[in-house]
Amino acid sequence: MADHNNSHNSHGGERHEHGSVKSYVIGYIISIVLTIIPLVVVMNDMMGRTATIAVIMVTATLQFLVQLVFFMHIRDGEQPRWNAITLIFGILILLTIVVGSIWIMGNNQIGMKM
Amino acid sequence: MAQSPAHGSDHHDHHAAGHHDPQDIKLLGFWIFLVTDVILFSTLFATFIVLRNNTNGFEGGADLFNMTGVIAETFLLLTSSFTSGLAVLAMHQNKVKPMIIWLVITGLLGAGFLALELTEFVELVHEGATLQTSAFWSAFFTLVGTHGVHVTIGIGWMISIIIQIVRRGLNDDTKGKVTVFSLYWHFLDAVWIFLLSIVYLMEVM
Repeated sequence: MADHNNSHNSHGGERHEHGSVKSYVIGYIISIVLTIIPLVVVMNDMMGRTATIAVIMVTATLQFLVQLVFFMHIRDGEQPRWNAITLIFGILILLTIVVGSIWIMGNNQIGMKM
Repeated sequence: MAQSPAHGSDHHDHHAAGHHDPQDIKLLGFWIFLVTDVILFSTLFATFIVLRNNTNGFEGGADLFNMTGVIAETFLLLTSSFTSGLAVLAMHQNKVKPMIIWLVITGLLGAGFLALELTEFVELVHEGATLQTSAFWSAFFTLVGTHGVHVTIGIGWMISIIIQIVRRGLNDDTKGKVTVFSLYWHFLDAVWIFLLSIVYLMEVM
């Protein structure tokens, strides 16, 4: 009864958790680190082309996950997590469009060079 | 009181797991909107990636991007995402004034981001890179511009929410609006991360 306003996280996730200042600060710090890593790698030409692309994409994806977990609270909420399921569906379409376009247009360019 | 209704609303039935309260339905509806936005941006990203080498003999991004400005934009938006989260935290503690202050800071950081982005666009146009210059620059301005339009709409939306809260106070309805706005703002930051990575960093590397 006493904790009306803050943490009501102990009862099976019926209500959404709202995080705490601590979790927001942690998310913010991780985000900054994940932003600085690719910046340093790119600006100083530290790695080869493939490795650089890998670092950029991995840090970007991790940072997207940090936003989802620490700021957007995707893990909270009630059990059938329709928001997460919707998002996964969206990412499936995203990957189909982006990877499919790269694949097809890449093949096109190879075909035109011959 | 094991299942304390956290927001003091009167429409809480606990007997069936399938019963949602209206704010939850609104939140889910907003997630579905965000997913449609994911699809919008995925088409624009795909277009940009496919066209990135088609510079029509003109300079590409590697020659013209001003990375100092882009890095500043990144940290402005990242910080504003953080402060919009703090606004939601203050809201859940029913602290109206801190919440509005955090929202205003979020808006100012967003405005700073927009100002830098517009400066960047103006500089690019002065260097001759316009929507018509090449497929690369068309795709660039469409992709980055669409994100900028989202930020602009977000700032206007946030101002209208602040006005509503000042007039009507915090209730379930206005709380839902702030929650949904912060989701939108975090989402825009997530999109920007990929803009920074795929458009700017991969261009200048």
